[in-house]
Amino acid sequence: MLKYFVKRAVLAVITIWIVATLTFFLMFLVPGGPFLAEKAPSPATLAALEAKYGLDQPLHIQYKNYMLRLLQGDLGTSLKQRGREVNDIIFTRLPVSAKVGGMAIVVAVVFGVFFGSIAALNRGKWLDNLIVFLSTCGIAIPSFVVSTLLLYFFGVKLEILPTFGLNTTSSYIMPVFALAFYPMSYISRLMRSCMLDVLGQDYMRTARAKGLSQMKALFKHALRNAILPVVTYLGPLLAYALTGSFIVETIFTIPGLGDSFISSITGRDYPLIMGTTIFLAFLIVTMNLLVDIVYKVIDPRINLR
Amino acid sequence: MKQKSLLQETENTEKPQWKLSFHLKADDFMPASEEEKQDLVTIRESVNFWQDGIRRFRKNKMGMISLIVVLFMMFFAFVLPYFYPYNYYEQIRGSESLAPFEYSETEKAIMAEGGKVFPHIFGTDTLGRDIMARVMMGSRISLLVGIVASAIILIIGSIYGAIAAYFGGWVDTIMMRIVDIIYTVPDILLIILLSVTLKYPLERLAEMPTFAWINKVGVGLISIFIVFSLLYWVSMARIVRSQVLTLKELEYVAAAKALGASHSRIIRKHLLTNCIGTLIVTTTLQIPSSIFTETFLSFLGLGVSAPMPSLGSLASAALDGLYTYPYRLFAPAITISIIILAFNLLGDGLRDAFDPKLKD
Amino acid sequence: MRKKLAILLALLLLVGTLAGCSGKKNTNNNLPDNENGQTAPNDSEPVVLNVHVGPNPDTIDPALNSAVDGATLIIHAFEGLYTLDKNGVPIPGQAEKVDISEDGLTYTFTLREGLTWSDGTPLTAEDFVYAWNRAIDPDTGADYAYMFESIKGYDEGKLDVTAVDERTLVVNLVAKTPYFLELTAFPTFSPVRKDIIEEHGEAWALAPETYIGNGPYKLVEWVPSSHMLYEKNERYWNYEALGPDQIKFVLMSDANSVLGAFKTGQILFADDLPTEEIDSWRDSDEFYIEGQLGTYYVSFNTQKAPFDNKLVREAFSLAIDRNYIVENIGKAGQQPAGAFVSIGISDVDPTKEFREVGGDYIDVSKEAYEQNLARAKELMKEAGYENGEGFPVVEYLYNPESDGHRLIAEALQQMWAQLGVEVKLASQEWSTFLNTRKNGDYQIARNGWLADYNDPISFLDMWITGSGNNDAQWSNAEYDKLIAEVKNSSDPVERFEKMHRAEDILFEEAVLAPIYYYVDLYLMSNKLQNAYSSPLGYKYFMYAQIAN
Repeated sequence: MLKYFVKRAVLAVITIWIVATLTFFLMFLVPGGPFLAEKAPSPATLAALEAKYGLDQPLHIQYKNYMLRLLQGDLGTSLKQRGREVNDIIFTRLPVSAKVGGMAIVVAVVFGVFFGSIAALNRGKWLDNLIVFLSTCGIAIPSFVVSTLLLYFFGVKLEILPTFGLNTTSSYIMPVFALAFYPMSYISRLMRSCMLDVLGQDYMRTARAKGLSQMKALFKHALRNAILPVVTYLGPLLAYALTGSFIVETIFTIPGLGDSFISSITGRDYPLIMGTTIFLAFLIVTMNLLVDIVYKVIDPRINLR
Repeated sequence: MKQKSLLQETENTEKPQWKLSFHLKADDFMPASEEEKQDLVTIRESVNFWQDGIRRFRKNKMGMISLIVVLFMMFFAFVLPYFYPYNYYEQIRGSESLAPFEYSETEKAIMAEGGKVFPHIFGTDTLGRDIMARVMMGSRISLLVGIVASAIILIIGSIYGAIAAYFGGWVDTIMMRIVDIIYTVPDILLIILLSVTLKYPLERLAEMPTFAWINKVGVGLISIFIVFSLLYWVSMARIVRSQVLTLKELEYVAAAKALGASHSRIIRKHLLTNCIGTLIVTTTLQIPSSIFTETFLSFLGLGVSAPMPSLGSLASAALDGLYTYPYRLFAPAITISIIILAFNLLGDGLRDAFDPKLKD
Repeated sequence: MRKKLAILLALLLLVGTLAGCSGKKNTNNNLPDNENGQTAPNDSEPVVLNVHVGPNPDTIDPALNSAVDGATLIIHAFEGLYTLDKNGVPIPGQAEKVDISEDGLTYTFTLREGLTWSDGTPLTAEDFVYAWNRAIDPDTGADYAYMFESIKGYDEGKLDVTAVDERTLVVNLVAKTPYFLELTAFPTFSPVRKDIIEEHGEAWALAPETYIGNGPYKLVEWVPSSHMLYEKNERYWNYEALGPDQIKFVLMSDANSVLGAFKTGQILFADDLPTEEIDSWRDSDEFYIEGQLGTYYVSFNTQKAPFDNKLVREAFSLAIDRNYIVENIGKAGQQPAGAFVSIGISDVDPTKEFREVGGDYIDVSKEAYEQNLARAKELMKEAGYENGEGFPVVEYLYNPESDGHRLIAEALQQMWAQLGVEVKLASQEWSTFLNTRKNGDYQIARNGWLADYNDPISFLDMWITGSGNNDAQWSNAEYDKLIAEVKNSSDPVERFEKMHRAEDILFEEAVLAPIYYYVDLYLMSNKLQNAYSSPLGYKYFMYAQIAN
């Protein structure tokens, strides 16, 4: 186990390094630059800015410099939000996103697993049909529509929930729901299908045949086996949920990290692109490692070596 | 302990069934009775896998209905536009921003003279284009993207995931790290890059006689499919891998190996066939996200170009006028929901029919 | 053992999320909850005005900012020598008075007595000298450095601006500049603190502690992407006249959310309205349309066939039904444009507009469209493309960030189809689009220009050979010469004559196809009084009153 862990940790570092390298060269290949604007700056200004931020140097030198600074934990300063440090942007915005995203994940997992299991156990009945119908709708409606409609009905028409910021407890309701809607529906669909799979397995018959109670068979065997794909889905989802959603944060004016991912790219804010990507890579790699270990623990048959 | 409970007699004669409803009964916690145990013993007839599946699918009411709906949506998207009196790009002067079933002054004049005017069922948009016609055309693009892209994802993702899990060890580790990398490198960067680089080579390619089909499908759609096959199959690969990791440890795989089956046969015949339930469900779940990814790609300049609509772009355009023209969101949103619901139920039906584990 | 590990790890997955939940409580909510966009004025609670002027600004450094919303945020914290009143006329700000020499080349400003920064440090003429020279220093990287062009020494990198004593500032100009006082009200001309900037670098403009200004309000809190809170500056010379105790700029970026917040009264001012919603606001007395000094136009790449042909360009321009676009897509009472320099720009006689004197180059009246179209068809024939025969498929490039750009593209496509030509539409994400357009890798592209000050040169300067904004890649020796002469001329009459002549050339060559003159839309609650907008679109809330 320890050996496996060490191996994966080394691999994680290599993965992050590859992601950083790929992103670095990719972003310089993409046309446009951080200092472009509707009104073009003068060539002198542009040259001075590029010199100031080291963008005038050959790419491989820039790459070397960046990697050296990265090793010291320095992600540089933003080129768009002049003077702001990338570290600062990530770590002041992360807690906000993580809080909303974390709540959304808890809601999505708890209700998703619950509804999915209920649907599977009542297969073909009205309850199953209702859950399938609702969860399919949940997948069919994208988050920008869900968020806008929530805002439209609960915020503006009924005026029962605040439409922006996170000033009161009630202001969490809409963003959390908007974020949880899709994964909840997805998990419930996934859970239902896996549960059906498991219920048809021979060991479930065996369990029942050898005399286990319904509940015991369900919790000891069914849930445990059915939840594997959900765990798989959860790993990367968790990384994304913690780092926020551009759409939901924009619509509900939440000062989270989500919009940094998109705006850094559209603004060609190179250090911020690198910073957010490396941070996300770190989260994803960690989550996937955890997921793999959880697999092993939930299902001892899996041999990860 | 267990021996004892086997002997226990109960009055319960109900068929055993798995359920977890809000009504808990004491019986649920009782050990299985003799009859219950007996009920589990069934004898299966032996038929060909596909025949068997189709036969059972025919009997599935929900599945058949959703199949009909899917066929109808195809008709709606691919055939009906040719017979519809309006087309998706025609801007009718004087008919701008009509509400559903509202007529413009000119149309009213025609009707007053006894002429017939086909109603604008969902009204018209800012430029006087019939929204119904645009929704039909939008369904065409969205269905195409939804189905083809999901198929691409299914093929690449399932093969990749199955190979990684089946061989395990270093193969698995390296392959899954590649997945992590694809997952993490910002997709927008790659999309923007492809949007500026892909178009002209593809157009050049389409000029060659062998690749003339590219023009038929459209350079935009081809670019979309390229992006899907580069980027968006990774979740599928992860899910399939997780399933195969469990399956490959089961006895029949060991048996197949012992009988000398080749790797590819084991993966195709045993492993993938046994995840068919998950494959079908994940693929149908993939359709909506493919449809919306198309909107995102088109927004970034890679994909179908205006005035060609897609359901996603119609919905996102409608949000801009939500307070004034709420009904503009209605038509594309309902169409998307119907398509996705139908595909999901169809997927469930297929799964019920084809999943070897669900036979009873 | 294994079971425990399982639980532990499963929990770890979740705890990671929960840790975030129970983390810092008061990242952004230590403010009074203003559900109503204002707080009732009683003794203890301050009057807070909640407004929206734009999303999170990239910078609020007076030298670095080039955004309109950023400018609004800056003019509340800083004040130049002059400031603009309700009618957009410059009135003394930090300066008490100005003496202008007879040749109009030397301005001597006298600062008010006892001016201080918001931290109490005295403000001197030297602060202006520092700020202005900082703005033109290429190392600062200010987009608006060229705003100082009219001051002597700009080309040498050292402005001819001297602080004679603490309260006297002497500025020497290259040529007579009728709009110079207006310039001194421009945010880039605000004084900044040398000591703070030298100590903190660019980061000085990020935190309230170091963002020390001399304006009517001071920044007390900035939660990026959430809000900025300003408070009355008790050291401001005109403190008594100031409006609300606090102004909270809510940094929203989604137009629907802004509209929602305005409709529910959570904000009293919204600087954004989705175009498609205009129809239901048109008759409201809370809906405002202000003229803006800018033009929406279409650029042709004059270096590449087929648009290297003047006749083709003119035909394409004439085939545009500008009234249709304005009425159905713009919807906000924009004026169809028959020229490039927008309405609202004054001529040599300030009572007349440049546009009135110069007239239109394209007849944009509704009745003239048929004629224009006929003429366009003739021109195409003359160019050898009768009914579009032999004309290649061309591409129109736009950026998709605003739905209006797409709708205009679709409308243009249909209008140009009347010439028998096929136009394809292509969209590119903003930064890519800017890059493509700037490098001339396009055939036709949407374009827009907003002036920085009330003078036609702000529109005409950009078309000189090699200018960074000359997306048309157009070059004309006569035009270049005229613009150079205008810049060095001290005779206003001659200057304006030459500018009219320059615009004539632009249209003789059909370098661009103007579509409409921009307007600025905003929603302002009836409760809000005395807030106003400048011709450049900056919003002034410092003297606002909130009625009940």
